[in-house]
Formats: sequence, C-alpha cells, structure tokens
Amino acid sequence: MKRRAIAVYSATIILIYFAWYALSLMLGSNILPDPFRVFARGFEEIATTAFWVHVEASLLRLLAGLFFAFILAVPAGLILGSNQRLDRLFAPLIYLGYPIPKVVLMPVIFVIFGLGDLGKIVLLTMIIFFQLLITTRDSARKIDREITYSLRSLGGSKLDFFFHVVWPVSLPGIFTSLRIGVGTAVAVLFLVESIATSEGLGFYIIDSWGRAEYATMFVGIIALSIIGIVMYEIFELLERKFCKWKSL
Amino acid sequence: MGTSGKFLALEGLGKTFQNENESKTVLEGVDLELAFRDCLAIVGPSGCGKTTLLLAIAGLIPPTAGTITFKNGSLRAPEHRIALVLQHYGLFPWKTVGANITLGARLQRIEVPNKRLRSVKKELDIEGLDHLYPAQLSGGQRQRVALARALLLNPLLLLLDEPFAAIDTVTRERLQNNLLNVFAQRRFSFIIVTHNIEEAVFLGRRIVVLDKSTHRINAVMDNPGMGSTGYRNNPLFFQRTTELRGILEGLE
Repeated sequence: MKRRAIAVYSATIILIYFAWYALSLMLGSNILPDPFRVFARGFEEIATTAFWVHVEASLLRLLAGLFFAFILAVPAGLILGSNQRLDRLFAPLIYLGYPIPKVVLMPVIFVIFGLGDLGKIVLLTMIIFFQLLITTRDSARKIDREITYSLRSLGGSKLDFFFHVVWPVSLPGIFTSLRIGVGTAVAVLFLVESIATSEGLGFYIIDSWGRAEYATMFVGIIALSIIGIVMYEIFELLERKFCKWKSL
Repeated sequence: MGTSGKFLALEGLGKTFQNENESKTVLEGVDLELAFRDCLAIVGPSGCGKTTLLLAIAGLIPPTAGTITFKNGSLRAPEHRIALVLQHYGLFPWKTVGANITLGARLQRIEVPNKRLRSVKKELDIEGLDHLYPAQLSGGQRQRVALARALLLNPLLLLLDEPFAAIDTVTRERLQNNLLNVFAQRRFSFIIVTHNIEEAVFLGRRIVVLDKSTHRINAVMDNPGMGSTGYRNNPLFFQRTTELRGILEGLE
C-alpha cells in the first residue's frame, strides 16, 4: 500500500475515533459506548473461539458469493460484450433483471434453497452477479476496431481475441465492479445473517444488540467493516498489479 | 520470389457497405498490380476509400466485387506474410513493448531467435524499451514498435495506413528514412496510404490517386526517382509533388 493511502487511512481512523468519543460523551456511554471500551472488549472477544466462528462463517459466505458471482458473471459478460447477436438476445432479460432489488427476493430464495448457508450464498451471488455482469459486458463492448484489425492481421484467432483483447480490456471494469460489489455484499451479508442463523457477524451484531451489549455490538460492526475494507483493498491491489497500464 | 508474376493483383475490386437503412459504395472497379519489392503510395481526399482498400488487401474487409490475388492465390482472409501497421499503431496498451513486438510471432507460433529480435530492435532504434507500456512511449517510438512487430514476421507485403500522420515533421521524416532504409535492406513490398503529398512522393515508386466521387482510381503516377533519403532535395521531387498536388486539387 502506498504511503499516501496509509496516511489517509490513519487520519480517517483518528478522526472517527475522536468523533465517536465526542458523540459518546454527548449521548452517554450506555447508548454509545466510548471507543476505548469497545477496543478493550474487542481484545477480549478476539481471544475467544466463538468470535472467530462468527468471522469464519461470514467470510465463507462472502467469499463464496463473490466466487460464484465471478465465475458466472465474468464469462457471461465477456461473451455478451463481444457477441452482438447474443447481447441483443439477452438484453431484455438483463434490463428486466437488473433493476429488481434482489434483496426483496430473500424470502423466496430462503424457501427454495433453505435457511442455511446455501440460501444466503445464493442471494449474495445474485446481487453481485448482475452488477458484475453489466460492468464486464460494457467493458468488453469498448473494444477499438483498430485493435481488432491489429490482432486479426497478426494471425490471431477468435480464442486469441478473447484472451489477448477482450479479457485485458475488461479487467479494470471487473475489478471496479468487484470493489463496488464487496460493499453491497457486506451490507446484504449483515441482512441475511440477521435471520434464522446462529453464526456470522450479522447474527453477532443483532444478538449483542438484543442483549443490550453495545460494546460487543460495536466489536461486530468493526469486524464486518474491516472485512469489507480488507477485501476492497485486495481488489485494489490486484487491479494495480494486473492493470498497471491503466494508470499510466 | 522473383520480380515477375502476380505478386499482388486487384481486379475490379469493389466495396459497398450495407446496413439496414442504406448502402454506401466506397470502392468500385479498382484494378491494381504490385510487383515484389515494389512500393506504392495511395492518396486521395478523406473518405475516398484509401483505408478500406488497404484493409481489403490485408484480408480484413471482404470486397463485395472483384478479386484480390496474392502470390497467385486468391486472398480472402488475413495472410501471415502480409503485415499491417495502422494509423494509431494498433499496439495493445495492456502489453509491454516487448510483448507487443513478439505478439504476432507468438500467435503464429513462429520461433524468433533472440539475435533476430535484437537486430530488428536495433534497426529501428527501440532497444531498452521492452519493459515499458505503449502509453509511456512517444508517438515516434510507438510507430517504430508497430513497425518492428510487423517486420519480425518477415512479411512479403507491408501495408501502412497513414502511419506517420500523428507525428511531428522532424520525427516523421526520420521515420520515413527508417522505412526506406529497411526497405532497401530487406525483401518485401509495401503499400502506404497517406494524405500527405510529400510523403506519397518520397515513399511511392508509383502513386495511386483515388477519386471520392467515382470510387475509382483517378490517376497513377510513376515516380522512378524515389528510393534514397536525398530525394527530398531533388528537383524531381518538387516537380512530382507539384504534379500530384495538381491532380488532387482537381478532385476537390
């Protein structure tokens, strides 16, 4: 990570810390525990196995959702973006499917796939899928005709075109979409884990809230936020490594 | 290959672009021949079909009429001994210079000895740029990289579509000299499409003028004096450019 990014993150953390502390003084420690108390509770919690069980469950669902969305949406987006006929065929389905807030389908998905991990992963996959599909398709569409001529004149086949042109052209868009998708996925993860489960950070937060253990609740909120930030940064790092040309 | 025989021949070539609402004819009845180790410049006003003609010869655009014969065989698709250098260089921004240069050879599964690779880079003065990306190069360097990529494939025919259009005058003249030197040392023919009169006279042993209104060849000008970098200072050069300017002004 660059020095500037570290400085920005450090400054933001310090700012949040003081704003949080000031707010806890105003609202009272029972409603909003002060950050020091939360961090102290955090250190207690991370020493327990139970806490890591929740982290593991959340991470597993999140990674599974991202993985399945990636392997389904990226190839589909690349194919649609580089094949006008298929794109025209599937366009109505995408236009109809994308604006539907998938989260409202949660009860239906839980009925079909059950209340366990499968139902939760399916919902996460569905939400990230459309975002990733549209970004990938749109990126793959933006291929300069000169590049197409160039590859063909060099003796490139359709498969070469896919690997040497469509994939690298689309990669920055895919990473952007994954970064945005992580934010959405973490929010949906909280929602799905607050229902019919006893594992996961969503449950951990709701359970602590129900027991009025606000310091513990904030530990859960921070843990979920850290997962989101770390995943975001991982995609950013990967983009910087594999799409170096884009930032020149 | 000797200088006799049909190296490249276009007979009655025509191209009409058709879409749902309209059709647009760009080329009609174009007859043209090119011998091996010959060089031809194609000029004409914007939209006269110069690039379309070049892309058809590259096998990238199928003609709607006529035939293209290359080395006595009908040409319908890209041919591995025909290399193309495009106006905006056609480099892949996501690949390094090194990967761009060797891409054609890699796609055609041609083993290029390191010695040959080094010699092409040296010839075009692009040594030490391998790790850079096209965005980090100047216009002249990009053009030389595109030329190196084409030459590495050992082409028999090199097609150049306004290759020096986006480059400053001094660099352009240096690149034109570069091309002429490479042409003198290697065994290939080239066709250059340009809108620059001086460039056409400097690089074309024959200059073909396309007419936008008829979509046909309007004139073919012989230019036997070309071939050396000193030609620019030759009175014949000025005479030819004046003649060509006259023909082009007549088309406006």
